[in-house]
Amino acid sequence: MNDRTKHMLRNLLLYVFIFTVVLWVVVPIVVSALYAFSSRLDYYNMHKVIPTHYTLKWVKTILFVLGAWQGIKNSIVVALLTILISFVLGVPAGYAIAKYLFPGKDSIKLSIIALRMFPIPVMAIPLVVLYIKIHLYDTLIGVALAHTAMALPFVVLITSSIFAGVSKELEEAGMVFGLTRFQSFLKITLPLALPGLAAAAMFTFVMSWNEVFVASILTLKHRTLPAQILSIMAGSSGGAAPPYYKFAAAFIMIMPALVFIFFARKYLVTMWGITIK
Amino acid sequence: MKSKYLPYLLILPAIVYLLFFIGYPLVQAIILAFTHNGHLSLYNFRSALATPTFIPAFKYTLALAAVIIPTQLFLALILSLIMTRTFKGKDMVLYALIIPLTISDVAGGLIWYTLLSDAGFLNKLLINIGLISQPIHFFGYQYRNMEFLAIVLEELWRSTAIVFVIILAGMQMISKEYIEAAEVFGAGYWTRLRKIIIPMLKPSIQSALIIRTLFAMQIFGAVWMLAGRDIPVLAGEGYYQLTFIRNYGVASIYALAIAALSIVLGALYVKFLKAPYLEVSR
Repeated sequence: MNDRTKHMLRNLLLYVFIFTVVLWVVVPIVVSALYAFSSRLDYYNMHKVIPTHYTLKWVKTILFVLGAWQGIKNSIVVALLTILISFVLGVPAGYAIAKYLFPGKDSIKLSIIALRMFPIPVMAIPLVVLYIKIHLYDTLIGVALAHTAMALPFVVLITSSIFAGVSKELEEAGMVFGLTRFQSFLKITLPLALPGLAAAAMFTFVMSWNEVFVASILTLKHRTLPAQILSIMAGSSGGAAPPYYKFAAAFIMIMPALVFIFFARKYLVTMWGITIK
Repeated sequence: MKSKYLPYLLILPAIVYLLFFIGYPLVQAIILAFTHNGHLSLYNFRSALATPTFIPAFKYTLALAAVIIPTQLFLALILSLIMTRTFKGKDMVLYALIIPLTISDVAGGLIWYTLLSDAGFLNKLLINIGLISQPIHFFGYQYRNMEFLAIVLEELWRSTAIVFVIILAGMQMISKEYIEAAEVFGAGYWTRLRKIIIPMLKPSIQSALIIRTLFAMQIFGAVWMLAGRDIPVLAGEGYYQLTFIRNYGVASIYALAIAALSIVLGALYVKFLKAPYLEVSR
């Protein structure tokens, strides 16, 4: 009996702990989403922890007066370009690492892992000088090229693990039936790898969508969303934006990422090497 | 034989691209930092040293990392140990825990501003349950220590997820047989944890620490949102020098400082966190 109560108590403690951790992660997101639509009076009313009067004013102002809508469009263009370039360069490399044995493979893989760690600010500051010279400064393609350098190692590593998951036998069977290696890649490996590649593309999208340092430094007028938000909302010493604008900005920024993680959660987890058992 | 070169041809474009985008800026940063009016000089280095925020930027960047990263590692270990058990609703919990992976530092900073501002969630909550009568001030130059705390809370909230995910992945790779064998020989939970799980986790702990430390050296968005330049950090000062002062030389010094710190700390981790278990078995 004593053992059973002990066991139950431990289980209870476990659930309380897990519940607390989940609250710690989720409450800030929910609260900031609610506050993004809170009326001014409710926000400054110290007795209203949860606002009851809501308005679209802040989100609308951020979007259409302060340029976040244009920022969203720019961010999408940059992210799509980043996906395009990093996939054109990265998918063949990932395929080669997954499907071929060749001398130097391990050191190439290791150096790609190492390059993933290269600090972004170091890259961005000198790039400004180059970009001004070759007229890439303040262009979306310029930002996308820099974001590609950041995303490419991830794309290579992720796609190689995706291709490694597609069995070699299927591809070889295709070749036995008269397809060339390239044809059997197109007809067999690629369709099988497609869901994983889609998840990798979404991952690249989120990386580019969230990146602020490079985007802020390389642009002036054609800002991506985070760069635009950064420039209108700088910290307590710089920006004078009223708080509810900040919540609206946060809400606008995290929405796509939340949608992404909902659809890609299965892949996101396997991508980092965890399997849900 | 043509196909002998095929894998290299497939990899080459990616490697060339990366070498250009990483090699060129690195060389350019060194040139920008150590020349003045076309001559080799330490002028930029001296003017960076002369700015009052140079030393504080180092101090705050390292102090933030020193407070945040060990706490994250501790939290991630506990969470991973719990997530290797089975319980109801585990999938949903895992989903909730990895949400912060997709939230950017800027958004994280803004979200925590919501919680901690004078009329923010935390102050209202504490006032309404009667724990405090006046709001706790987190923001403003005179409350720099609280701004520091706000950044720590935001980073713990946002970036513990990546440590957790890496550690959990490592934990799932530990073969059950080792643990069962230890159980057979009568090892209790703590002994198993100390003698088997933690040593076998060393490679994961090492890579989580390296990734987090390198990102911590570049900390920018959250600091810029929550504290601006009240809490100077290396990346923030580099950004400030470049966009507000237009001083490329000093900005490059900051960029190189981040690179140097990253390399030194990364090398230290590799040296001091060797995984003896794996090496013996090889």
